[in-house]
Amino acid sequence: MNISGEMTQAFIVCISAIFTNNILLSYFLGLCPFIGCSREMKASVGLGLAVIFVMTCTCVLNWLVYHLILVPYGLEFFRFIMFIIIIAAFVQFVEMAIERFSPYLYQRLGVFLPLITVNCAILGASLFMVIRDYTLIVTIGYGLGSGIGWFLAIFLMAGIRQKLSNDSIPKGLQGPGITLIIAGIMALAFIGFAGVLAGQ
Amino acid sequence: MIVLTLLKAVLVISAIAAGLAAVLAVADVFLRDYGPCKITINNEKELTIKGGDSLLSVLTAEKIFIPSACGGRGTCGLCKLKVLEGAGSLLPTEEPYLDKKEIADNVRLSCQVKVRNDLKIQILEELFAIREYKARCAEIKDLTHDIKLFRFELTDPAEIKYTPGKYVQLLTPVYEKSSEEVYRAYSVASDPAQKNIIDLIIRLVPGGICTTYCFEYLKVGDEVKMNGPYGEFRLTDTDAEMVWIAGGSGMAPFVSILHEMKNSNSQRKTTYYFGANRVEELFLTEQMKQFEKDLPNFKFVPIVAQPGESENWNGETGLVTQAVERNIKNASDCEGYLCGSPGMIDAAIVVLKKLGLNENKIYYDKFA
Repeated sequence: MNISGEMTQAFIVCISAIFTNNILLSYFLGLCPFIGCSREMKASVGLGLAVIFVMTCTCVLNWLVYHLILVPYGLEFFRFIMFIIIIAAFVQFVEMAIERFSPYLYQRLGVFLPLITVNCAILGASLFMVIRDYTLIVTIGYGLGSGIGWFLAIFLMAGIRQKLSNDSIPKGLQGPGITLIIAGIMALAFIGFAGVLAGQ
Repeated sequence: MIVLTLLKAVLVISAIAAGLAAVLAVADVFLRDYGPCKITINNEKELTIKGGDSLLSVLTAEKIFIPSACGGRGTCGLCKLKVLEGAGSLLPTEEPYLDKKEIADNVRLSCQVKVRNDLKIQILEELFAIREYKARCAEIKDLTHDIKLFRFELTDPAEIKYTPGKYVQLLTPVYEKSSEEVYRAYSVASDPAQKNIIDLIIRLVPGGICTTYCFEYLKVGDEVKMNGPYGEFRLTDTDAEMVWIAGGSGMAPFVSILHEMKNSNSQRKTTYYFGANRVEELFLTEQMKQFEKDLPNFKFVPIVAQPGESENWNGETGLVTQAVERNIKNASDCEGYLCGSPGMIDAAIVVLKKLGLNENKIYYDKFA
């Protein structure tokens, strides 16, 4: 496949990762911070941006490690551990760097980084890209798309929850309860995108 | 073949992990070096620590325990404390857990605040002071047939700071008659100025786990554990005349308070009504007489409900509440301090209110 063909595919994969195959709403990955940090729009934007950034970077890093180190040595079965180590180390490093060099960025984004070190959506995206045998360029599109998809989901959820905060919700449903129900309804709504893109 | 694969796997993974660790270690040295930072707590205690970690983890390392349920991930919102200076602006991770008043008061989540420069923080005195103490039983003294005074010398840490009226929780270890560890609360009866001593006045409760342990098993020289100090029972800062009412081991907090009053040379007018059933159940009367000499406006009034004929009692008789009614005409300018059984406290509140005392000026420590 030539470069422009790959670019087209990367774009399609990116769009489908945002809408039809949203990593949160169709695979339900990364639910913990999704529920925990979706009380306010501001926090959700910061967390969402951090996820986009980390997901894109770690997908690329993991692709490189997987294809340049693990595959040649026949160690594909080690990808789980490898990916986890790389994600953790990367997040740590980025957090330290941001904290040092840009207090503004740290305030907006950096504080969320430790929260997503163990976000399963990040690991999930890396594993999917391996299973689906994406090329490097497509992986970039996929990582970016998955991140944006997650961002979109938590951003919408935060908007809904902020609106709900003034409503009277039955006691047993307050907090995570109502959030999960809303997540379910949002997931149903996102199924509506299923027909938009036939291929990925 | 398998061995070779394994060896290869171990080598490759180790190499990558070591590489990452090296990068992080280097980054840690160069990026996270914020130098020594000074944390001033409640304007009195100063800590100098290496910057770069969260405030919560720094304080925990210094054995100052801030409650936290999530372990510093910013999801429980329990580790609140006031940061007066040096924390930077409020982070979006903290905002959802703080209300408007807390934000105005500089309350922060200590797990989210990073120590990167000098900080001034404020921790609730209670939170700051409560901790576990190891102590050695130094003396056991009979006060009456069922009340003993236990003196403990603190060993680790060797000193405790508390306001008189506080109580501690004594740990009863597993022993013959109890298969589980239990904590029981006892008011401190010692002089707050003697920082390494905790006196407890304990009455034997038939079948009680902790009191049975203290009376029958605890020996001088034994090591015990306790934590504290807890409680809200304390003297107000006013100069109002005080009426104290106590019975049995309810004596304890007042002994401690009297020591403190003596230390500060208090002139507050105080009358202490102490009730017992029989003359032989009165205790620490000599010490009370000494306090009467040391404190010009302190008066101790022991009351015996039913003095035996051979006991030769010529003081007040009847219930402690009856004696209070007989002796006080109008208590509207007084403050009431009560310590004892729930029955005695309830009865005393009724009497004090009848004598004109406002209910919110009655302070008590009820033994449940």
